[in-house]
Amino acid sequence: MNILVCAKRVPMTGGTIVLTEDEQSIQTRHLGFTISPHEECGVEEAVRLIEANGGESVVLALGPSEAEEQLRDAMSLGIDRATLLETADEFDGQATAAAIVVAIEAERAAGVEFDLIFFGNESADSGNYQVGIRVAHALGRPCVTGVKGIVVQDGRARCEQETASGRDVYDVPLPAVVTVKEGLNLPRYPSVPGRLRAKRKPLATSAAVGRDPGVEKLRLRLPPGQGKQAEILGHGPEAAPAVVEVLRRAGLVA
Amino acid sequence: MTLVYVEHQDGRPDDASLQAIALAREIAGGAPLHALLAGPGAEHAAAGLGAHGVATAHIAEHEALATHAPVALARCIGELIDRLSPAAVAAAGSERGNEVLAHAAALGDLPLAANCIAAEAGDPLTVTRIRWGGSLLEDARLHGPVKLLTVAPHTVEAAEVGGGPAAVERFTPSLGEADLVVRVVETVQQSSEGGVNLADARFVVSCGRGAGSPEGFAPAEELAALLGGAVGCSRAVTIAGWRSHTDQVGQTGTKIAPEVYLACGISGATQHMAGCKGAKRIIAVNIDPEAPIIANADYAVIGDLHEVIPAITAELRKAGAG
Repeated sequence: MNILVCAKRVPMTGGTIVLTEDEQSIQTRHLGFTISPHEECGVEEAVRLIEANGGESVVLALGPSEAEEQLRDAMSLGIDRATLLETADEFDGQATAAAIVVAIEAERAAGVEFDLIFFGNESADSGNYQVGIRVAHALGRPCVTGVKGIVVQDGRARCEQETASGRDVYDVPLPAVVTVKEGLNLPRYPSVPGRLRAKRKPLATSAAVGRDPGVEKLRLRLPPGQGKQAEILGHGPEAAPAVVEVLRRAGLVA
Repeated sequence: MTLVYVEHQDGRPDDASLQAIALAREIAGGAPLHALLAGPGAEHAAAGLGAHGVATAHIAEHEALATHAPVALARCIGELIDRLSPAAVAAAGSERGNEVLAHAAALGDLPLAANCIAAEAGDPLTVTRIRWGGSLLEDARLHGPVKLLTVAPHTVEAAEVGGGPAAVERFTPSLGEADLVVRVVETVQQSSEGGVNLADARFVVSCGRGAGSPEGFAPAEELAALLGGAVGCSRAVTIAGWRSHTDQVGQTGTKIAPEVYLACGISGATQHMAGCKGAKRIIAVNIDPEAPIIANADYAVIGDLHEVIPAITAELRKAGAG
Protein backbone atom coordinates (compact mmCIF):
# COMPACT_ATOMS: atom_id res chain seq x y z
CA MET A 1 0.00 0.00 0.00
CA ASN A 2 1.04 3.63 -0.48
CA ILE A 3 0.54 6.31 2.15
CA LEU A 4 0.95 10.06 1.93
CA VAL A 5 1.36 12.14 5.09
CA CYS A 6 0.89 15.89 4.87
CA ALA A 7 2.85 17.64 7.63
CA LYS A 8 3.37 21.27 8.51
CA ARG A 9 6.49 23.03 9.79
CA VAL A 10 5.59 25.12 12.85
CA PRO A 11 7.70 27.04 15.37
CA MET A 12 8.14 25.75 18.92
CA THR A 13 6.68 28.81 20.59
CA GLY A 14 7.73 28.19 24.19
CA GLY A 15 6.16 30.40 26.82
CA THR A 16 5.62 33.74 25.13
CA ILE A 17 4.77 34.63 21.57
CA VAL A 18 6.46 37.69 20.07
CA LEU A 19 5.17 39.10 16.79
CA THR A 20 7.18 40.56 13.93
CA GLU A 21 6.99 44.32 13.47
CA ASP A 22 4.60 44.03 10.48
CA GLU A 23 2.23 41.89 12.64
CA GLN A 24 2.11 39.26 9.90
CA SER A 25 3.90 36.43 11.68
CA ILE A 26 5.57 35.18 14.83
CA GLN A 27 9.11 36.34 15.54
CA THR A 28 10.98 33.05 15.10
CA ARG A 29 14.61 34.26 15.15
CA HIS A 30 15.26 32.48 18.46
CA LEU A 31 12.88 29.56 18.00
CA GLY A 32 13.30 25.99 16.83
CA PHE A 33 10.81 24.32 14.51
CA THR A 34 8.97 21.04 14.55
CA ILE A 35 6.28 19.06 12.75
CA SER A 36 2.84 20.12 14.03
CA PRO A 37 1.93 17.63 16.85
CA HIS A 38 -1.05 15.87 15.26
CA GLU A 39 0.93 15.27 12.08
CA GLU A 40 3.81 13.74 14.02
CA CYS A 41 1.35 10.97 14.84
CA GLY A 42 0.37 10.78 11.16
CA VAL A 43 4.04 10.20 10.27
CA GLU A 44 4.36 7.48 12.91
CA GLU A 45 1.15 5.75 11.80
CA ALA A 46 2.26 5.76 8.17
CA VAL A 47 5.62 4.23 9.08
CA ARG A 48 3.93 1.50 11.16
CA LEU A 49 1.38 0.67 8.45
CA ILE A 50 4.07 0.39 5.76
CA GLU A 51 6.24 -1.72 8.07
CA ALA A 52 3.29 -4.08 8.53
CA ASN A 53 1.87 -4.10 5.00
CA GLY A 54 4.73 -3.15 2.71
CA GLY A 55 4.59 -0.35 0.16
CA GLU A 56 5.79 3.22 0.12
CA SER A 57 5.33 6.16 2.47
CA VAL A 58 5.68 9.75 1.31
CA VAL A 59 5.70 12.95 3.37
CA LEU A 60 4.58 16.27 1.91
CA ALA A 61 4.96 19.76 3.31
CA LEU A 62 3.84 23.12 1.99
CA GLY A 63 6.04 25.89 3.27
CA PRO A 64 9.39 27.65 3.02
CA SER A 65 12.56 25.90 1.83
CA GLU A 66 13.51 25.42 5.50
CA ALA A 67 10.66 22.90 5.79
CA GLU A 68 13.19 20.44 4.34
CA GLU A 69 14.31 20.06 7.99
CA GLN A 70 10.90 18.63 8.98
CA LEU A 71 10.73 16.44 5.86
CA ARG A 72 14.19 14.98 6.69
CA ASP A 73 12.98 14.44 10.28
CA ALA A 74 10.00 12.45 8.98
CA MET A 75 12.30 10.41 6.73
CA SER A 76 14.64 9.74 9.66
CA LEU A 77 11.66 8.05 11.36
CA GLY A 78 11.13 5.76 8.36
CA ILE A 79 9.22 7.69 5.69
CA ASP A 80 10.63 6.72 2.25
CA ARG A 81 10.64 9.99 0.33
CA ALA A 82 9.48 13.59 0.53
CA THR A 83 7.84 16.35 -1.48
CA LEU A 84 8.21 20.04 -0.66
CA LEU A 85 5.71 22.48 -2.13
CA GLU A 86 7.73 25.59 -1.68
CA THR A 87 6.31 29.01 -0.90
CA ALA A 88 7.43 31.89 1.26
CA ASP A 89 3.79 32.98 1.66
CA GLU A 90 1.24 31.74 4.16
CA PHE A 91 -1.55 30.01 2.20
CA ASP A 92 -5.10 29.91 3.55
CA GLY A 93 -6.99 26.62 3.83
CA GLN A 94 -8.43 26.74 0.31
CA ALA A 95 -5.09 27.54 -1.31
CA THR A 96 -3.20 24.95 0.74
CA ALA A 97 -5.67 22.21 -0.24
CA ALA A 98 -5.60 23.22 -3.91
CA ALA A 99 -1.79 23.11 -4.03
CA ILE A 100 -1.70 19.69 -2.35
CA VAL A 101 -4.29 18.35 -4.83
CA VAL A 102 -2.04 19.44 -7.71
CA ALA A 103 0.84 17.50 -6.16
CA ILE A 104 -1.28 14.37 -5.59
CA GLU A 105 -2.49 14.48 -9.19
CA ALA A 106 1.11 14.73 -10.37
CA GLU A 107 1.90 11.58 -8.35
CA ARG A 108 -1.08 9.86 -9.95
CA ALA A 109 0.14 10.87 -13.41
CA ALA A 110 3.47 9.26 -12.49
CA GLY A 111 1.65 6.05 -11.51
CA VAL A 112 1.50 6.49 -7.73
CA GLU A 113 -1.93 6.04 -6.10
CA PHE A 114 -2.18 6.65 -2.36
CA ASP A 115 -4.43 4.26 -0.46
CA LEU A 116 -4.36 6.50 2.57
CA ILE A 117 -3.65 10.20 2.95
CA PHE A 118 -3.03 11.42 6.50
CA PHE A 119 -3.44 15.00 7.66
CA GLY A 120 -3.43 16.51 11.13
CA ASN A 121 -6.94 17.32 12.35
CA GLU A 122 -5.79 20.93 12.54
CA SER A 123 -2.40 22.59 12.43
CA ALA A 124 -0.88 23.90 15.67
CA ASP A 125 -0.43 27.41 14.30
CA SER A 126 -3.23 28.50 11.96
CA GLY A 127 -5.77 25.87 13.09
CA ASN A 128 -7.95 26.05 9.98
CA TYR A 129 -9.61 22.64 10.48
CA GLN A 130 -10.27 22.13 6.76
CA VAL A 131 -7.32 21.22 4.52
CA GLY A 132 -7.73 17.43 4.70
CA ILE A 133 -11.48 17.65 4.12
CA ARG A 134 -11.03 19.92 1.09
CA VAL A 135 -8.42 17.60 -0.42
CA ALA A 136 -10.72 14.59 0.12
CA HIS A 137 -13.58 16.26 -1.74
CA ALA A 138 -11.33 17.32 -4.62
CA LEU A 139 -10.16 13.71 -4.98
CA GLY A 140 -13.64 12.23 -4.46
CA ARG A 141 -12.56 10.25 -1.40
CA PRO A 142 -14.14 9.76 2.03
CA CYS A 143 -12.61 11.68 4.93
CA VAL A 144 -12.75 10.72 8.60
CA THR A 145 -11.57 13.47 10.97
CA GLY A 146 -10.09 13.63 14.47
CA VAL A 147 -9.00 9.98 14.40
CA LYS A 148 -7.28 8.50 17.47
CA GLY A 149 -7.39 4.85 16.42
CA ILE A 150 -7.14 3.20 12.99
CA VAL A 151 -7.15 -0.41 11.80
CA VAL A 152 -6.57 -1.07 8.09
CA GLN A 153 -7.84 -4.39 6.79
CA ASP A 154 -9.33 -5.83 3.59
CA GLY A 155 -9.28 -2.53 1.75
CA ARG A 156 -11.09 -0.66 4.51
CA ALA A 157 -10.11 1.63 7.36
CA ARG A 158 -11.87 1.34 10.69
CA CYS A 159 -11.37 4.67 12.43
CA GLU A 160 -12.16 5.74 15.96
CA GLN A 161 -12.89 9.21 17.29
CA GLU A 162 -12.83 10.08 20.98
CA THR A 163 -16.05 11.67 22.24
CA ALA A 164 -17.09 13.03 25.64
CA SER A 165 -18.79 9.74 26.49
CA GLY A 166 -16.64 7.20 24.68
CA ARG A 167 -15.75 6.50 21.08
CA ASP A 168 -17.44 6.82 17.69
CA VAL A 169 -16.44 4.31 15.03
CA TYR A 170 -16.34 4.85 11.25
CA ASP A 171 -15.67 2.23 8.61
CA VAL A 172 -14.66 3.58 5.20
CA PRO A 173 -13.35 2.02 2.00
CA LEU A 174 -9.86 2.82 0.75
CA PRO A 175 -8.61 4.99 -0.79
CA ALA A 176 -9.46 7.45 1.97
CA VAL A 177 -8.30 10.61 3.68
CA VAL A 178 -7.90 10.47 7.45
CA THR A 179 -7.16 13.47 9.69
CA VAL A 180 -5.50 12.36 12.90
CA LYS A 181 -5.04 13.65 16.41
CA GLU A 182 -2.20 13.39 18.86
CA GLY A 183 -2.72 10.33 21.05
CA LEU A 184 -3.22 8.08 18.01
CA ASN A 185 0.17 6.59 18.86
CA LEU A 186 3.39 7.48 20.63
CA PRO A 187 5.82 8.65 17.93
CA ARG A 188 9.27 7.06 18.02
CA TYR A 189 12.53 8.98 18.37
CA PRO A 190 14.84 9.09 15.35
CA SER A 191 17.87 6.81 15.53
CA VAL A 192 21.34 7.88 14.40
CA PRO A 193 21.30 5.43 11.42
CA GLY A 194 17.79 6.74 10.66
CA ARG A 195 19.13 10.29 10.52
CA LEU A 196 21.99 9.24 8.24
CA ARG A 197 19.65 7.37 5.90
CA ALA A 198 17.28 10.36 5.78
CA LYS A 199 20.03 12.52 4.29
CA ARG A 200 20.17 10.27 1.22
CA LYS A 201 16.43 9.73 0.74
CA PRO A 202 14.82 11.51 -2.23
CA LEU A 203 13.28 14.94 -1.70
CA ALA A 204 11.50 16.61 -4.62
CA THR A 205 10.85 20.34 -4.52
CA SER A 206 8.39 22.28 -6.65
CA ALA A 207 6.81 25.71 -6.38
CA ALA A 208 3.43 25.62 -4.59
CA VAL A 209 0.61 26.72 -6.90
CA GLY A 210 -1.23 29.59 -5.20
CA ARG A 211 -4.67 31.14 -5.54
CA ASP A 212 -6.34 34.24 -4.13
CA PRO A 213 -7.14 33.73 -0.45
CA GLY A 214 -10.76 33.36 0.61
CA VAL A 215 -9.64 34.13 4.15
CA GLU A 216 -7.32 37.13 3.88
CA LYS A 217 -5.09 37.61 6.91
CA LEU A 218 -4.91 41.28 7.91
CA ARG A 219 -2.83 41.14 11.07
CA LEU A 220 -1.96 39.04 14.07
CA ARG A 221 -2.19 40.31 17.62
CA LEU A 222 -1.82 38.98 21.13
CA PRO A 223 -4.98 38.42 23.15
CA PRO A 224 -5.61 40.96 25.93
CA GLY A 225 -4.87 40.07 29.54
CA GLN A 226 -1.41 38.57 29.01
CA GLY A 227 1.19 38.50 31.73
CA LYS A 228 -1.00 38.96 34.79
CA GLN A 229 1.93 37.96 37.13
CA ALA A 230 0.95 35.58 39.88
CA GLU A 231 0.60 36.45 43.55
CA ILE A 232 3.42 34.57 45.29
CA LEU A 233 1.92 32.39 48.05
CA GLY A 234 5.31 31.46 49.47
CA HIS A 235 8.40 29.37 49.06
CA GLY A 236 8.62 25.58 49.42
CA PRO A 237 6.44 23.46 51.76
CA GLU A 238 5.79 26.47 54.02
CA ALA A 239 3.38 27.73 51.35
CA ALA A 240 1.01 24.78 51.87
CA PRO A 241 -1.43 26.57 54.25
CA ALA A 242 -1.78 29.44 51.76
CA VAL A 243 -2.53 26.94 48.95
CA VAL A 244 -5.16 25.23 51.10
CA GLU A 245 -6.70 28.65 51.75
CA VAL A 246 -7.08 29.17 47.96
CA LEU A 247 -8.67 25.70 47.69
CA ARG A 248 -11.04 26.60 50.51
CA ARG A 249 -12.08 29.88 48.88
CA ALA A 250 -12.75 27.93 45.68
CA GLY A 251 -15.15 25.70 47.57
CA LEU A 252 -13.03 22.57 47.22
CA VAL A 253 -12.38 22.19 50.94
CA ALA A 254 -15.01 22.47 53.65
CA MET B 1 -29.97 36.43 5.85
CA THR B 2 -27.59 34.35 7.93
CA LEU B 3 -27.81 30.61 8.51
CA VAL B 4 -26.58 28.80 11.64
CA TYR B 5 -26.02 25.05 11.83
CA VAL B 6 -27.20 24.10 15.33
CA GLU B 7 -25.89 21.03 17.14
CA HIS B 8 -28.12 19.59 19.84
CA GLN B 9 -28.39 16.78 22.34
CA ASP B 10 -31.32 15.35 24.28
CA GLY B 11 -33.65 17.84 22.62
CA ARG B 12 -31.61 20.89 23.67
CA PRO B 13 -29.35 23.07 21.55
CA ASP B 14 -25.67 22.88 22.59
CA ASP B 15 -24.35 25.92 24.45
CA ALA B 16 -21.64 26.36 21.82
CA SER B 17 -24.32 26.53 19.11
CA LEU B 18 -26.25 29.20 21.05
CA GLN B 19 -22.97 31.15 21.25
CA ALA B 20 -22.61 30.77 17.47
CA ILE B 21 -26.15 32.14 17.07
CA ALA B 22 -25.15 35.18 19.15
CA LEU B 23 -22.26 36.00 16.80
CA ALA B 24 -24.38 35.23 13.72
CA ARG B 25 -26.91 37.79 14.97
CA GLU B 26 -24.21 40.44 14.80
CA ILE B 27 -23.23 39.41 11.30
CA ALA B 28 -26.86 39.44 10.19
CA GLY B 29 -27.15 43.03 11.40
CA GLY B 30 -30.94 42.94 11.59
CA ALA B 31 -31.46 40.64 8.59
CA PRO B 32 -33.32 37.37 9.36
CA LEU B 33 -31.51 34.57 11.14
CA HIS B 34 -32.25 31.00 10.09
CA ALA B 35 -31.16 27.77 11.77
CA LEU B 36 -30.57 24.25 10.48
CA LEU B 37 -31.08 21.24 12.71
CA ALA B 38 -30.95 17.54 11.89
CA GLY B 39 -31.25 14.21 13.65
CA PRO B 40 -33.32 12.88 16.54
CA GLY B 41 -34.74 15.56 18.81
CA ALA B 42 -34.18 18.36 16.27
CA GLU B 43 -37.70 19.73 16.57
CA HIS B 44 -37.52 19.84 20.36
CA ALA B 45 -34.18 21.62 20.21
CA ALA B 46 -35.58 24.15 17.74
CA ALA B 47 -38.39 25.17 20.08
CA GLY B 48 -36.34 27.62 22.14
CA LEU B 49 -34.33 29.15 19.30
CA GLY B 50 -36.81 31.97 18.66
CA ALA B 51 -35.79 33.52 21.97
CA HIS B 52 -32.23 33.69 20.63
CA GLY B 53 -33.37 35.61 17.56
CA VAL B 54 -33.91 32.75 15.08
CA ALA B 55 -36.79 33.54 12.69
CA THR B 56 -36.97 30.18 10.95
CA ALA B 57 -35.71 26.74 11.98
CA HIS B 58 -35.18 24.30 9.10
CA ILE B 59 -35.43 20.68 10.17
CA ALA B 60 -33.67 18.22 7.86
CA GLU B 61 -35.55 14.93 7.92
CA HIS B 62 -33.83 11.81 6.60
CA GLU B 63 -33.35 8.41 8.19
CA ALA B 64 -29.65 8.54 7.36
CA LEU B 65 -29.24 11.52 9.71
CA ALA B 66 -29.99 9.40 12.78
CA THR B 67 -26.24 9.03 13.38
CA HIS B 68 -23.50 11.55 12.66
CA ALA B 69 -22.81 11.77 8.92
CA PRO B 70 -20.77 14.93 8.20
CA VAL B 71 -21.03 14.94 4.40
CA ALA B 72 -24.80 14.42 4.54
CA LEU B 73 -25.09 17.35 6.96
CA ALA B 74 -22.94 19.48 4.65
CA ARG B 75 -25.33 18.58 1.80
CA CYS B 76 -28.22 19.89 3.93
CA ILE B 77 -26.32 23.16 4.39
CA GLY B 78 -25.62 23.23 0.65
CA GLU B 79 -29.31 22.83 -0.17
CA LEU B 80 -30.21 25.73 2.12
CA ILE B 81 -27.42 27.86 0.64
CA ASP B 82 -28.87 27.25 -2.85
CA ARG B 83 -32.44 27.93 -1.72
CA LEU B 84 -31.94 30.86 0.69
CA SER B 85 -28.71 32.51 -0.56
CA PRO B 86 -27.41 33.41 2.91
CA ALA B 87 -24.59 35.94 3.13
CA ALA B 88 -22.94 33.82 5.81
CA VAL B 89 -23.21 30.39 7.43
CA ALA B 90 -22.06 29.89 11.02
CA ALA B 91 -21.67 26.94 13.38
CA ALA B 92 -20.06 26.19 16.72
CA GLY B 93 -16.28 25.76 16.68
CA SER B 94 -16.78 22.30 18.16
CA GLU B 95 -15.14 19.21 16.66
CA ARG B 96 -18.27 18.51 14.65
CA GLY B 97 -19.15 22.10 13.88
CA ASN B 98 -15.71 22.63 12.38
CA GLU B 99 -15.95 19.31 10.53
CA VAL B 100 -19.39 19.86 9.01
CA LEU B 101 -18.65 23.43 7.94
CA ALA B 102 -15.37 22.34 6.35
CA HIS B 103 -17.30 19.77 4.30
CA ALA B 104 -19.83 22.45 3.30
CA ALA B 105 -16.94 24.77 2.39
CA ALA B 106 -15.33 22.05 0.28
CA LEU B 107 -18.60 21.20 -1.51
CA GLY B 108 -19.21 24.84 -2.44
CA ASP B 109 -15.55 25.91 -2.78
CA LEU B 110 -16.29 28.60 -0.19
CA PRO B 111 -13.97 30.25 2.34
CA LEU B 112 -14.14 29.07 5.96
CA ALA B 113 -12.74 30.91 8.98
CA ALA B 114 -12.54 28.50 11.92
CA ASN B 115 -12.90 29.52 15.57
CA CYS B 116 -13.90 33.17 15.29
CA ILE B 117 -14.43 35.23 18.43
CA ALA B 118 -15.77 38.41 16.84
CA ALA B 119 -17.16 39.57 13.50
CA GLU B 120 -18.23 42.80 11.84
CA ALA B 121 -21.06 42.72 9.31
CA GLY B 122 -20.10 43.65 5.77
CA ASP B 123 -18.78 42.37 2.48
CA PRO B 124 -15.99 41.32 2.74
CA LEU B 125 -16.78 40.06 6.21
CA THR B 126 -14.22 41.03 8.86
CA VAL B 127 -13.58 38.51 11.62
CA THR B 128 -11.21 37.92 14.51
CA ARG B 129 -10.25 34.28 14.93
CA ILE B 130 -7.97 32.36 17.26
CA ARG B 131 -4.69 30.68 16.39
CA TRP B 132 -2.42 28.50 18.50
CA GLY B 133 -5.40 27.31 20.53
CA GLY B 134 -6.15 30.88 21.63
CA SER B 135 -2.61 32.13 22.32
CA LEU B 136 -2.77 34.39 19.29
CA LEU B 137 -5.51 36.31 17.46
CA GLU B 138 -5.85 36.91 13.73
CA ASP B 139 -7.91 39.67 12.12
CA ALA B 140 -9.02 38.51 8.68
CA ARG B 141 -11.35 39.35 5.81
CA LEU B 142 -13.56 36.71 4.19
CA HIS B 143 -14.14 36.97 0.45
CA GLY B 144 -16.66 34.95 -1.53
CA PRO B 145 -20.34 34.68 -2.38
CA VAL B 146 -21.08 32.94 0.95
CA LYS B 147 -18.83 33.28 4.01
CA LEU B 148 -18.50 30.31 6.32
CA LEU B 149 -17.31 30.63 9.90
CA THR B 150 -17.28 28.74 13.16
CA VAL B 151 -17.37 30.37 16.57
CA ALA B 152 -14.79 29.38 19.20
CA PRO B 153 -16.66 27.95 22.21
CA HIS B 154 -16.91 30.13 25.34
CA THR B 155 -15.70 33.30 23.60
CA VAL B 156 -19.09 34.82 22.78
CA GLU B 157 -21.99 35.03 25.25
CA ALA B 158 -25.25 33.40 24.24
CA ALA B 159 -28.16 35.76 24.83
CA GLU B 160 -31.94 35.60 24.71
CA VAL B 161 -33.22 38.59 22.79
CA GLY B 162 -36.92 38.03 23.36
CA GLY B 163 -38.09 36.93 19.91
CA GLY B 164 -41.25 34.91 19.36
CA PRO B 165 -41.13 31.21 18.51
CA ALA B 166 -39.19 30.37 15.35
CA ALA B 167 -41.20 29.18 12.35
CA VAL B 168 -40.47 25.51 11.67
CA GLU B 169 -39.88 24.29 8.12
CA ARG B 170 -39.21 20.63 7.46
CA PHE B 171 -37.38 19.41 4.39
CA THR B 172 -36.01 16.14 3.11
CA PRO B 173 -32.51 16.60 1.73
CA SER B 174 -31.62 14.62 -1.36
CA LEU B 175 -28.71 12.47 -0.27
CA GLY B 176 -26.76 10.08 -2.43
CA GLU B 177 -24.89 6.96 -1.35
CA ALA B 178 -21.58 8.83 -1.53
CA ASP B 179 -22.87 11.28 1.08
CA LEU B 180 -23.29 8.46 3.59
CA VAL B 181 -19.97 6.65 3.25
CA VAL B 182 -18.61 8.60 6.22
CA ARG B 183 -20.97 8.00 9.13
CA VAL B 184 -20.81 6.65 12.65
CA VAL B 185 -21.43 2.90 12.45
CA GLU B 186 -20.82 2.12 16.10
CA THR B 187 -20.71 4.04 19.37
CA VAL B 188 -18.69 2.67 22.28
CA GLN B 189 -19.66 3.99 25.71
CA GLN B 190 -16.75 4.44 28.05
CA SER B 191 -17.10 2.89 31.49
CA SER B 192 -17.00 5.52 34.22
CA GLU B 193 -14.81 3.34 36.46
CA GLY B 194 -11.69 5.29 35.58
CA GLY B 195 -12.40 7.94 38.22
CA VAL B 196 -13.00 11.62 37.62
CA ASN B 197 -12.98 12.79 34.00
CA LEU B 198 -10.17 15.29 33.40
CA ALA B 199 -12.33 17.61 31.28
CA ASP B 200 -15.06 17.83 33.94
CA ALA B 201 -12.93 17.75 37.11
CA ARG B 202 -13.36 20.62 39.59
CA PHE B 203 -9.76 20.20 40.74
CA VAL B 204 -6.83 19.22 38.54
CA VAL B 205 -3.22 18.74 39.59
CA SER B 206 -0.71 18.32 36.76
CA CYS B 207 2.98 17.63 36.73
CA GLY B 208 5.51 18.26 34.00
CA ARG B 209 8.90 16.69 33.43
CA GLY B 210 9.78 17.95 36.90
CA ALA B 211 7.99 14.88 38.25
CA GLY B 212 11.14 13.03 37.23
CA SER B 213 9.56 9.65 36.46
CA PRO B 214 6.17 7.90 36.14
CA GLU B 215 6.44 7.10 39.88
CA GLY B 216 6.93 10.81 40.56
CA PHE B 217 3.18 11.27 40.01
CA ALA B 218 2.21 9.33 43.16
CA PRO B 219 1.96 12.42 45.43
CA ALA B 220 -0.21 14.15 42.77
CA GLU B 221 -2.46 11.06 42.61
CA GLU B 222 -2.84 11.15 46.38
CA LEU B 223 -3.72 14.86 46.43
CA ALA B 224 -6.22 14.48 43.55
CA ALA B 225 -7.91 11.54 45.29
CA LEU B 226 -8.19 13.55 48.50
CA LEU B 227 -10.02 16.37 46.70
CA GLY B 228 -12.04 14.23 44.28
CA GLY B 229 -10.06 15.71 41.40
CA ALA B 230 -8.06 14.42 38.46
CA VAL B 231 -4.37 14.18 37.56
CA GLY B 232 -3.10 15.76 34.37
CA CYS B 233 0.30 16.20 32.78
CA SER B 234 2.20 18.22 30.22
CA ARG B 235 2.98 17.14 26.66
CA ALA B 236 6.61 16.52 27.60
CA VAL B 237 5.40 13.82 29.99
CA THR B 238 3.31 11.95 27.41
CA ILE B 239 6.09 12.18 24.83
CA ALA B 240 8.41 10.60 27.41
CA GLY B 241 5.84 7.80 27.73
CA TRP B 242 5.29 8.39 31.46
CA ARG B 243 1.52 8.92 31.24
CA SER B 244 -1.22 8.17 28.73
CA HIS B 245 -2.16 10.90 26.24
CA THR B 246 -5.65 10.99 27.79
CA ASP B 247 -4.01 12.70 30.81
CA GLN B 248 -2.40 15.44 28.71
CA VAL B 249 -3.63 18.98 29.32
CA GLY B 250 -3.00 21.22 26.33
CA GLN B 251 -3.78 22.48 22.85
CA THR B 252 -3.46 18.96 21.43
CA GLY B 253 -4.66 17.25 24.60
CA THR B 254 -7.61 17.77 26.92
CA LYS B 255 -9.04 21.24 27.58
CA ILE B 256 -9.82 21.57 31.28
CA ALA B 257 -12.00 24.03 33.22
CA PRO B 258 -11.59 23.30 36.95
CA GLU B 259 -12.20 25.64 39.89
CA VAL B 260 -8.50 25.29 40.73
CA TYR B 261 -5.67 24.10 38.55
CA LEU B 262 -2.44 23.22 40.35
CA ALA B 263 0.32 23.15 37.72
CA CYS B 264 3.50 21.67 39.15
CA GLY B 265 6.88 21.69 37.43
CA ILE B 266 5.29 22.95 34.21
CA SER B 267 7.05 25.79 32.39
CA GLY B 268 3.88 27.15 30.78
CA ALA B 269 4.43 26.76 27.05
CA THR B 270 1.59 28.09 24.88
CA GLN B 271 0.79 24.46 24.00
CA HIS B 272 -0.03 23.80 27.67
CA MET B 273 -1.70 27.13 28.47
CA ALA B 274 -4.16 26.65 25.57
CA GLY B 275 -5.49 23.63 27.46
CA CYS B 276 -5.93 25.24 30.88
CA LYS B 277 -7.12 28.78 30.13
CA GLY B 278 -10.63 27.63 31.13
CA ALA B 279 -9.45 27.15 34.73
CA LYS B 280 -10.95 29.63 37.21
CA ARG B 281 -7.73 29.85 39.26
CA ILE B 282 -4.26 28.65 38.35
CA ILE B 283 -1.68 27.94 41.05
CA ALA B 284 1.79 27.33 39.66
CA VAL B 285 4.38 25.39 41.62
CA ASN B 286 7.82 25.89 40.13
CA ILE B 287 11.41 26.07 41.29
CA ASP B 288 12.07 28.76 38.67
CA PRO B 289 10.50 32.14 39.55
CA GLU B 290 11.15 33.20 35.93
CA ALA B 291 9.11 30.32 34.40
CA PRO B 292 6.58 31.68 31.90
CA ILE B 293 3.73 30.02 33.80
CA ILE B 294 4.30 32.40 36.73
CA ALA B 295 3.28 35.27 34.45
CA ASN B 296 0.08 33.45 33.45
CA ALA B 297 -0.99 32.02 36.81
CA ASP B 298 -3.08 33.63 39.54
CA TYR B 299 -0.93 32.27 42.38
CA ALA B 300 2.51 30.76 42.58
CA VAL B 301 4.59 28.74 45.00
CA ILE B 302 8.31 28.89 44.37
CA GLY B 303 9.58 25.46 45.26
CA ASP B 304 10.13 21.82 44.38
CA LEU B 305 6.93 19.93 43.57
CA HIS B 306 8.30 16.86 45.38
CA GLU B 307 8.20 18.85 48.63
CA VAL B 308 5.25 21.14 47.97
CA ILE B 309 2.61 18.60 46.88
CA PRO B 310 3.04 16.31 49.94
CA ALA B 311 2.97 19.41 52.16
CA ILE B 312 -0.38 20.47 50.66
CA THR B 313 -1.75 16.95 51.19
CA ALA B 314 -0.54 16.94 54.80
CA GLU B 315 -2.05 20.37 55.41
CA LEU B 316 -5.41 19.21 53.99
CA ARG B 317 -5.34 16.09 56.21
CA LYS B 318 -4.60 18.33 59.18
CA ALA B 319 -7.60 20.44 58.24
CA GLY B 320 -9.71 17.30 58.21
CA ALA B 321 -10.25 16.90 54.47
CA GLY B 322 -10.66 13.39 53.06
